[in-house]
Amino acid sequence: MTETVASPHAGAVDGAGIGRLPSVVASGWNRAAVETKMFFREKDAVIFTFSFPIILLVIFGSIFQGELDGHITVAQLYTAGLIGAGVMSASFQNLGVGIAVDRDDGTLKRLAGTPMPRSAYFVGKILSVLALSVLEVAILLAVGVVMYDLNLPSAPGTWITFAWVFVLGITASSLLGIAVSSLPRSSKSATAVISMPFVVLQFISGVFIPFTVLPEWLMRIASFFPLRWMCQGFRSVFLGEAGASLELAKSYELGRVALVLGAWIVGGLVLCLTTFRWKGRRDG
Amino acid sequence: MNQTAVSVRGLTKRYGDVRAVDGIDLEIGTGEVFAILGPNGAGKSTTVEIMEGYRERDAGEVSVLGIDPRHPTRLWRSRVGIVLQTANDTAELTVRETVRHFAAMYPSARDPDEVIAKVGLTEKARTRLRQLSGGQRRRVDVALGVIGHPELLFLDEPTTGFDPEARRQFWELIKGLADDGTTIVLTTHYLDEAEALADRVAVIAKGRIVAEGDPATLGGRASAQATVSWLEDGGRRHVETHTPTAAVLDLTARFDGEVPELTVTRPSLEDVYLRLINPEDEEGRK
Repeated sequence: MTETVASPHAGAVDGAGIGRLPSVVASGWNRAAVETKMFFREKDAVIFTFSFPIILLVIFGSIFQGELDGHITVAQLYTAGLIGAGVMSASFQNLGVGIAVDRDDGTLKRLAGTPMPRSAYFVGKILSVLALSVLEVAILLAVGVVMYDLNLPSAPGTWITFAWVFVLGITASSLLGIAVSSLPRSSKSATAVISMPFVVLQFISGVFIPFTVLPEWLMRIASFFPLRWMCQGFRSVFLGEAGASLELAKSYELGRVALVLGAWIVGGLVLCLTTFRWKGRRDG
Repeated sequence: MNQTAVSVRGLTKRYGDVRAVDGIDLEIGTGEVFAILGPNGAGKSTTVEIMEGYRERDAGEVSVLGIDPRHPTRLWRSRVGIVLQTANDTAELTVRETVRHFAAMYPSARDPDEVIAKVGLTEKARTRLRQLSGGQRRRVDVALGVIGHPELLFLDEPTTGFDPEARRQFWELIKGLADDGTTIVLTTHYLDEAEALADRVAVIAKGRIVAEGDPATLGGRASAQATVSWLEDGGRRHVETHTPTAAVLDLTARFDGEVPELTVTRPSLEDVYLRLINPEDEEGRK
């Protein structure tokens, strides 16, 4: 084998004569490219992540037609809810299952043995989640507009709200996904372990069923978790002023949305830093 | 070169009440190929994983390339190559994509295509890892272990599950790396592997080193008594002796020519090894 660098063995000892260690940004980008490539090659995961909210939008949009009071169409309502669910699926579910699989198949162990900065793994995951979520939201909006005459809001302020709800929601859900990835005992059980709470949350957070028809104790439980607040934030974008009267508080409570999602980001970060395991259970 | 690559003193690791590693001392020189031999569960992998910085230890001192692996730095990681025991990651990437991805993590990586050629996977470079055979998959693991141009390479049971031909090819690969000056620490439970590759062998049993040295002289193998065996009066006779040539000459004189079914044997590495890891068999019940 030809030596690419003059006497790298001697050089490495004193740190001179070898190349520089790649930066966190470069390493994170390297991971993001590979993560995204691998995701799109795993056809079943692509279908699982993308089709779920889209199929539901098509089903709900076909079953429930017409308008709620205040000229809100059902399609608008479900588009808002399913964007919330779609973002959570691309972040929480995708990361929760994906990291459990990485822990089981040796990805994490191998990466931990390389000079890659460990944070680059998370940068890569989050960048790839961001790409998936943007794509997911774009598809949902396209389906809404084309099939169900969804009117996209035109006011720039509304899109600013959309942007921050999207960013806070995706960050909170990603951190939660990273945290729950330590729960499944193996990659085989990961999908079941991660999907169950996610499906429950969708039912009690106003994705499928209007939040206001839930019994109070379920509302309280749902209000602990980020999905309810993400959906509420997205409703403010797609239902507009007319929809505010349908909310529990007769307002979208955007301040509270930001507060709860922000709290989950802090909590999720603490949870990740304290519970994340680079090793599988059988690795001791 | 007589520098020390790995130094281990009084290494101890417990899992619950089990002492997986129970006071191990090791000294591995730069450029050496060192094999850690032992049955399953003897503590080989635990020892190696502590040296690799994967596992915490309970007691003892460990220095790998001058650094305590308990506190690995990125620079240190770039000087150490690790070939894991089992891994099924990046199944959807091709061989070349995988090797390139890992090359980008190191400050002075080898050329990915050259490494792929070196492990004999050039024809499979565009194949996804999912579609490779077990042996080819292990070659990818080796490629990833050496891509960063490591000074020290750890191989944990690298040929488990290989067919004999794949094993021979793999040995040639490892010998080539050793010739390049890479220090190699490998664990194995195959004696022939240790004999073929290693300059020095340590035999571990129940968390302790029971023998250490050149595989040819391990456990007093070279100086052990030879067994002379022949057929006489319808039964097999055995004599254990330090002077088998004299014994054969005596027999030749006695039989006045050809000795029936004559054999002269020394203990194989396997005999020595089995005696080392199961001393009770020799000493009787304890």
